[in-house]
Amino acid sequence: MEINFTHHQSAHCENGVVSNLMKHNGFNVSEPMVFGIGSGLLFCYIPFLMVNHAPALTYRAMPGFIFKRFAKRVGIKIKREKFKNPQNAKARLDENLNKNNPVGLQVGVYNLVYFPDEYRFHFNAHNLVVYGKKEDSYLISDPVMETVTTLTAKELEKVRFAKGAFAPKGHMYYPIDFPKELALEKAIVKGIKQTCREMLAPVPIVGVKGIRTVAKLIRKWPKKKGTKVANHYLGQVVRMQEEIGTGGGGFRYIYAAFLQEAGKVLKNDTLIELSIEMTAIGDSWRDFALDASRIYKNRSAKDDAYNDVASQLDDIANREEVFFKKLKKAI
Amino acid sequence: MKKSEIPQDKGSLKSANFKELCYAVNENGEYTTAGSSGWTPKTIALNNALQEINERIEKAKIRVLNNQTSPIEYYMELHKMDITILASYVGLWKWRVKRHFKPKVFHKLSQKILQKYADIFEITVDQLKHIEHGN
Repeated sequence: MEINFTHHQSAHCENGVVSNLMKHNGFNVSEPMVFGIGSGLLFCYIPFLMVNHAPALTYRAMPGFIFKRFAKRVGIKIKREKFKNPQNAKARLDENLNKNNPVGLQVGVYNLVYFPDEYRFHFNAHNLVVYGKKEDSYLISDPVMETVTTLTAKELEKVRFAKGAFAPKGHMYYPIDFPKELALEKAIVKGIKQTCREMLAPVPIVGVKGIRTVAKLIRKWPKKKGTKVANHYLGQVVRMQEEIGTGGGGFRYIYAAFLQEAGKVLKNDTLIELSIEMTAIGDSWRDFALDASRIYKNRSAKDDAYNDVASQLDDIANREEVFFKKLKKAI
Repeated sequence: MKKSEIPQDKGSLKSANFKELCYAVNENGEYTTAGSSGWTPKTIALNNALQEINERIEKAKIRVLNNQTSPIEYYMELHKMDITILASYVGLWKWRVKRHFKPKVFHKLSQKILQKYADIFEITVDQLKHIEHGN
């Protein structure tokens, strides 16, 4: 069977799945709106954890949090299920498809056959929608892909039961209850407040302070780790910032799009002005990535170059600090 | 970023005929989206990371052939895993997996455990034992 489901490509998988499921249920909510209300924007350096043999940092909220907060703030109810046994997971999925209910799934990327090989890493917090089944193939709407695709039952089982950090354990979710009308205004204010609070948090690894910590680390890398490792680390920072799903500039552009839309909904011109400022900050993140790439392209950088990009990050941190203080006052 | 500035560099995506979505402003300052085929700074970062992995695989292979480690480590690197990920796939403690890297221990492993590793790497036990049969 095939459910009449419209696929829209999005930048980020989690927002995209939520936005697509909402649209399917008759609520026109854009991807930036989901991202902003769910307080998706963040900066966090995670000490001691290594990903692909390099330090871990993130530009977004924990996987699953965006949807959770969004649902709570606009008043929809979500049903979530996890499974120990792949057979049960498959049976519940088929049951929902038979009831004409498209569902969101959390999956691992490594065995996702339709992804380009270069992008298949052990990352377990990807999201997609299953909207039907034809013979042995499941119909898949993966929001980061341009068009819909399919996976065989065996392939789907493999990605649903990928192992490692954030193992999905067959995680399946779908909205079950909607309010008559979405109360966007209040939800937007709550979402913005939390983002300001997190970005200005007095914690050395989170938000603006986290950016400064990373800048400090970058200055130390070439001496402490040697050029080769330092370059690898710096490459990882850029990859986290610009990888598929960020919409560019470490989610800053999506957030600027959200502020613009929020300004219109709340009839608040300050937000629209701040959106322009956020875009400029996003551009600075892009400049940082460009300059960093010049370092790891040559593979024989001087200390100076590292200090230089670190100073760029310090500058971004200062501007974001001012920015989020203004944003806090604007609502 | 302006819509006209969205990079269309030749990247790893282009070969897969696939564009990722970017957010940018149009001439009127309104936010909109458009596809990007790639951006050189991140293509370089990705290629460097892949090269790093290939070096790790090559090193592991030499160590296996010199009898310094078992083929499990080679296949682990080949599948872009680390010990934590591999341990959670086989369902064993990390120290046990690490122990299985010792050639002496590896040669004494039971058929059952070997089969477990072989299934994860999608190869036969024979390929697991002799890496030159793999690939």
